[in-house]
Amino acid sequence: MVSIDVWNASVDFPIFDAKSRSLKKLALGKVGGKIGSEGRVPIIEALHDINISLKEGDRVGLVGHNGAGKSTLLRLLAGIYEPTRGSQRIQGKVAPVFDLGVGMDPEISGYENIMIRGLFLGMTRKQMEKRVDDIAEFTELGDYLSMPLRTYSTGMRVRLALGVVTSIDPEILLLDEGIGAVDAAFMAKARDRLKDLVRRSGLLVFANHSDETLIEFCDSAIWMDEGHVKQQGPLREVLSAYKGHDPFEYLSPETRQRLGLDNEPILSANGGE
Amino acid sequence: MPPVLSFLVQPTSTVDGPEAPPAPDSRTFGRAVGDVRDAWRHRELWGHLGWQDIKQRYRRSVIGPLWITISMGTTALALGLLYSQLFNQEIATFLPYVTAGFVIWNFILGCITEGTDVFIANEGLIKHLPAPLTVHVLRLVWRQVLFFAHNLVVYLIVLAIFFPSLTEPYQMAGENVVQPGVNWMILLAIPAFALVAFNAVWVALLFGIISSRFRDIPPVIHSFINLIFFMTPIVWHVGVLNSVSGGSGGWRSYIAEFNPLFHFLEIVRAPLLGHQQQWHHWVVVAGFTVVGWTLALVVLRNYRARISYWV
Repeated sequence: MVSIDVWNASVDFPIFDAKSRSLKKLALGKVGGKIGSEGRVPIIEALHDINISLKEGDRVGLVGHNGAGKSTLLRLLAGIYEPTRGSQRIQGKVAPVFDLGVGMDPEISGYENIMIRGLFLGMTRKQMEKRVDDIAEFTELGDYLSMPLRTYSTGMRVRLALGVVTSIDPEILLLDEGIGAVDAAFMAKARDRLKDLVRRSGLLVFANHSDETLIEFCDSAIWMDEGHVKQQGPLREVLSAYKGHDPFEYLSPETRQRLGLDNEPILSANGGE
Repeated sequence: MPPVLSFLVQPTSTVDGPEAPPAPDSRTFGRAVGDVRDAWRHRELWGHLGWQDIKQRYRRSVIGPLWITISMGTTALALGLLYSQLFNQEIATFLPYVTAGFVIWNFILGCITEGTDVFIANEGLIKHLPAPLTVHVLRLVWRQVLFFAHNLVVYLIVLAIFFPSLTEPYQMAGENVVQPGVNWMILLAIPAFALVAFNAVWVALLFGIISSRFRDIPPVIHSFINLIFFMTPIVWHVGVLNSVSGGSGGWRSYIAEFNPLFHFLEIVRAPLLGHQQQWHHWVVVAGFTVVGWTLALVVLRNYRARISYWV
């Protein structure tokens, strides 16, 4: 059973300037009295009093302004940051995709990068070997896959990264924004794979700014504001409250048709109350 | 501002949610030991990465990782020849001595100096992947083991060259002990090295954690490690301590005995050279293993969850 539970969790970052990071200050602080103790280190409260409970099948969109704590929350949910106060319990294998490029090495070939990135995402070597052909086909990189990654253009790198990321079998999938930076023609193809990936995953948390993407992939949402959960609930309600209008209203007819929303009534501009 | 407990909340996300929150278990020995154990299970990952590190370093060079072997070979040869003359030792026994010492020292050096940087250097991975922290340490130690294997080739070549004279009983200058010469006891070097590598894990863990909090530690270690190299009997033999005092060595023998690295070095080196095994080295190393791992686990217990905040 896949689940993530977070109880009253806070994440505080100590900000060590060069001085408080050194032994000198700690040693001198002992002599002088108060200076230099851990309590004197300035702290940034990135998240506070977070209560979240997610279980298998949840498809959660994460919205909020820049600096509202979306990425930090994703890291808390991934178990990378353990809460400084409160507690958290993660059951299931987490596949975090925060940065498409992390774990990629420019000096080694595309094939080797596929393997390494896959291992980092919790796959085994055997599983990845089976998927290499599939990834090669999807990325359309052909012979370039045996070239070092540094010879790739930015777009090609993104293709490779997306190819690997969408080939895994995650129990808990955490996606940060920025996964959509590919050319439009390729994105149409990637979208299908992304959909597949989401379908395979047991639990999804997706930070994104695009209404369209959120509506397509998520059914509930969490609105982060200044480090706490401002609202949490069905996607449409949260998005309406966050944006101040019903997101469904502004979708183009083509998109509505693609997402199969033709029968959805459009609510008033004041949101889903 | 408190979290808005919205009435809009849907069953799919929260309402039937948390029972009683469990006590935070971030600072338990269970989690610390679990970290090490989980990391061991990720062997495929760190094993692959360790290989990749070596392959990558020599990617565009013609003879590749052979450079590791060649540079070790020239250094050991030059130092061996020079110091055998300075200390008036037989080349046939002293050159293998310096080579073996240098090969093992390189492993220890790599684990300590890179160990201080292990978490700082892997900041990107630590902040992006929820892998056990010990994975980075094991990758480092594994990489050093691979380097060691490359360097060991040099020792095997030296051993082949001086084989006849090394298998006979011999004496190092300044020492009254007759060394039995290389025999089947050389196999003892394998468990000895495994024990040293096992210790390397706690060293890198401990130093890595402390260094990611206190950034002064790496420079301190980097500047003192050279000093320790000269203090440790690698290019000189403990017999020299005796011969300068014209006899038993007296207090001078403590220069070596109080240096923990000497014991780590000696348990591997003695069997490689066919020296008589001094069992007290094993006792000291075993003691360090227990104390070191205990210390590392305590530090891991207390600060494991803080590393991702510190790096």
